[in-house]
Amino acid sequence: MSALYDLAVIGGGILGSAAACRAAAGGMRTIVIEQQTLGSGASGVNAGTLSLQIKRVKLMPYAIKGHELWERAGERVGFHKTGGITLAFNQREAELLHERMALKREAGAPIELISPTRVAELEPNLSRKVVAASWCAEDGYANASLSGAYYRALLEAAGVEIRERTPVTAIDRSGGAFQLATPTDTIRATRLLLACGAWLRSAGAMIGFDLPVRARVNTVSVTERGPALVGTVIGHATGLLTLKQKPNGSVLIGGGWQGTGSPDEGRGSVDPATLLPNLRLAMFAVPGLDRFRVVRSWTGFEANVPDFYPLAGAAPGIDNAFLLGCVRGGYTIGPYIGALMGDLILGREPELPLFDPGRFATEAKVAA
Amino acid sequence: MSSPYDLIVLGAGPAGAAAAIKARSLGLSVAVIDEAPAAGGQVYRAPSPAPTATQPDADRAKGDALRAKLAASGAVLYANHRVWSLTPGFSVIAIGPDGPLTLEASNLIVAAGAIERHIPVTGWTLPGVIGLAGATILLKAHGVLPGRRVVVAGSGPLLLLAASKIVAAGGEVAAVVDAAPRASWLARAGAMLARPDLMAKGAGWLLALLKARVPIHSGAAIRTIHGTDGVEAVTIGPVDRDWRPVGGAERTVPADAVCLGFGLLPSTEVTRLLGAEHRYEPELGGWVPAVDASFQTSVPGLFVAGDGAGVRGADAAPLSGELAALGVARRLGRGGDLASEATKIEADWRRSSRFGAAMSALAMPPPGAAALIAPQATVCRCEGLTRATLDAAIAAGARALADLKATTRCGMGPCGGRVCGEAAAMLIGAATGWDRETIGQPSARPPLRPVPLAAITGAFDYDELPIPAPAPL
Repeated sequence: MSALYDLAVIGGGILGSAAACRAAAGGMRTIVIEQQTLGSGASGVNAGTLSLQIKRVKLMPYAIKGHELWERAGERVGFHKTGGITLAFNQREAELLHERMALKREAGAPIELISPTRVAELEPNLSRKVVAASWCAEDGYANASLSGAYYRALLEAAGVEIRERTPVTAIDRSGGAFQLATPTDTIRATRLLLACGAWLRSAGAMIGFDLPVRARVNTVSVTERGPALVGTVIGHATGLLTLKQKPNGSVLIGGGWQGTGSPDEGRGSVDPATLLPNLRLAMFAVPGLDRFRVVRSWTGFEANVPDFYPLAGAAPGIDNAFLLGCVRGGYTIGPYIGALMGDLILGREPELPLFDPGRFATEAKVAA
Repeated sequence: MSSPYDLIVLGAGPAGAAAAIKARSLGLSVAVIDEAPAAGGQVYRAPSPAPTATQPDADRAKGDALRAKLAASGAVLYANHRVWSLTPGFSVIAIGPDGPLTLEASNLIVAAGAIERHIPVTGWTLPGVIGLAGATILLKAHGVLPGRRVVVAGSGPLLLLAASKIVAAGGEVAAVVDAAPRASWLARAGAMLARPDLMAKGAGWLLALLKARVPIHSGAAIRTIHGTDGVEAVTIGPVDRDWRPVGGAERTVPADAVCLGFGLLPSTEVTRLLGAEHRYEPELGGWVPAVDASFQTSVPGLFVAGDGAGVRGADAAPLSGELAALGVARRLGRGGDLASEATKIEADWRRSSRFGAAMSALAMPPPGAAALIAPQATVCRCEGLTRATLDAAIAAGARALADLKATTRCGMGPCGGRVCGEAAAMLIGAATGWDRETIGQPSARPPLRPVPLAAITGAFDYDELPIPAPAPL
C-alpha cells in the first residue's frame, strides 16, 4: 500500500504550489501532481504584468497583497517596480479611463490621472497622440518564465513532494481517501485540491462536478533585444494592451487578444487575425517599435468562470475536496490567494474572504 | 487576397519544385513560396548575380534545368517571400519585397528542407567559423572561400563535399576532422551500393582530397578553436565510438577558418506549428513528421516532401515531392488513376532514400557526443549561455526544453532555437539519460522567422482597429 498524503494538489502552477507550500508549512504531508512541468501553464507563459490599473475593483485588496509577495520574491522572479502608465487615444477611451481609474483608486490603488505633457516627460518615446492617461507607481512586472523554477525551490524547501509529467486519469473515493490514478501508480490522499487552471473543468468532472470553467486563449509576443524605448509598464484604457521593455532590451507585448484552440486539444495557437491588431496597438503606442523584430508569439490558457471572479474554496458537497482557480489577474493575485487556500485547508480562518465555488452549485446541477 | 489554390508548396528546392511541376501536370493550380531570390533550394542554389567567379558544375546544370522546368510549369513562384505564420485549412502568411502576402489553399506541401546541426565546441563563436552547409552555399552561390587555410570538421558526407570544393576553388584544407570512425563508413557500404553513381561521386571527392594531400582524421573532433579576433589555430583530438573525447595524440594546426557541422536536421517548424504528429528517427536526422505512403501527415491536406520529411538527400527529394503531388491530386479526386505511377516512383524513391538515409545516419551524433561540448563552450549564442550555465539549470530541475528556455532564455533569441535547440536537448539527455522522445520537441510558434513589427502591421488607421469590449470592471 502506497503512502497516504494529507493533501494532494493537482496542478503545479502558482496557485497549487502556493497552497501546497502553506499546507506543508502547517504540517501537512503534501504532494503536487502536475501533468507537464511546474509553471508550464498560464503561470509560466503570461506576460508577467503587475498592474493595479488593470485589476478588478473587488479584487484590489488581493492584488495589493500579491504585489507585496512578488516584490518579496524579488530577483528570483525578475521583479521590477517601474510604475505604469495607462493611455487613452480618443475621447471615448478617456471617459472609460476616468470612470474606471476613479473606482480603482477608491478601492485602494494609488492611481492618479496625469496629463499628456507629463506622459511625454515620463516616457518621451510614447505616441504624442495621447489625450488622457493615468499613472500608478506601484505597477511593474515580473518574469513569468521563472514561476516554475521559483516554486520548485519553495516546494522543495517546504518538503512537498513533486510529481511532474504525471496526468491524473481518474479520481476515486473509496476507503475514506482520495485515490488518484496516474499512468504509473495510484496516489492516495485524505484531502484533494484541484488547482489545474484551464483544466479544472476536466479535473472537476472526475469528482462529479460540471464546473462552468472556460478557457481564454491569451496571446503574448516578444521582440528581440533593441535600444531602450520605454521604462514603465504601458497599458491601454480598454486593458487590451500591456507592453514593457525588459532590462535586456526585449519588449513583451500582451493584452489578452484571443488565439485559437482549447485545453482539451492540449494546445493553443496564435491567430494572425488577432495578433495583427494587438501589434498595431503596440506600434501605435510606441512608434519606435517599428524596427524591432518579433521573435515569438505564443498563447496560454487562462481559466474563467461566468462572473470572472476566482474560484477558491471547498468543493460543494464533497468533504475534504477543494477548488482553486483564478481569473483576471491570476498571476498577480495567485501567490496570495494560493496561500489563503492553504490556510483554509489547514482549518484556519483566511486573512481575507475566499470565493466560494458553491455560488455555481445551482448552475452545476442544471448543467448536470 | 487572391483566390485559393489547389496547392501551395513551401520551398522551391528539388522536392518542392518537383512537387509543383508534377501537380501542374495533373491540372492543379499551384503556388510556390521560397525565401531565396530563385528556385533551386540549397543544393541547386542559383548563383549570385554578383560578379564573383563561380565554376559551373553538374549541380549548376541541374539547378538551371529545374528553374526552367518550374518556370514553364505554370506554377506561380513567389520568390523572396518569407513565410512567418500559417493557419489550418490553410492560410499561408508571408512577407515579400512588396509587403505582406496571404495565400490560401486546401492542400499544402511543406518542402522546407533541412537546417544544420551544430554541436558547440570551445571557440565556435569566433569570426571565421561557419557552418559546413553554410560553407557549401558560400562556395556554390558566391564562389567565396571560407578562408585561406581551412579546417573542415564535424561529421557526414558534407565534410568531403565542402573540403573538395575548397580545394577545387584553390583554397587550402588544413585538415578534415570526422567524428565518425572509418568503420562507420564501411558499415554503410551496403546501403551506398544502392546508388553506385552517388558512391562514385563521393569517392571522387575523397580522391581529390588525397591528391591534394589533405590530412583526414577519422574518429576525431575539434577540442578547441583558438584565436582572439578570429580563428588562429585548431586543436584536434581523438574520440571513441560514441564520440566522447579520449586520451591520445592531440595536435594543433594553424588555420584562419573552420567549417563545422554535424549533418542536417529536418526543418519541421511548419508541421509542428500546424500540430502534425512527429516521431524521432535518428537515421533520418531526428524529429520527422509521421506520414503515410503519399507523404500526408496526421493533419489532412498537409503533406511534406524532401529532407523536411527526413534527411534522405537531393536525389530522393524530387521523388518524394512527386509522390506528395500525386497524393494531393488523389485527395482532390483529380488526375485519374495514379496508383501505377505512384508505385513506380516509390520504387525509385526507396533506392535513392536508402543511400541518402545511410549518409544522414553517418552524420548523426550518438548520445555520447554531448561530451564534445566543454563546460565553458557557448551553447546559446543569442543569449551568451555556456554549457555550465545550462547544466546548472538542468540540475536545478529544468528538464524540459521549455523549462530550460524559461529559466535561462536558451533559444529565446533571434535564432528561435534553430541553432542551439539540438545541443540543449543533448545536454538534457546527458544529464538525465532520457531518450529524445521523453525530452520532447521544441514547440513551434509564429513568427517562424524574426519579422520587423512594421512589416507585420503595415499602415493602418487607429480608429479602424477592431478593439473588443473592455473586460468587466
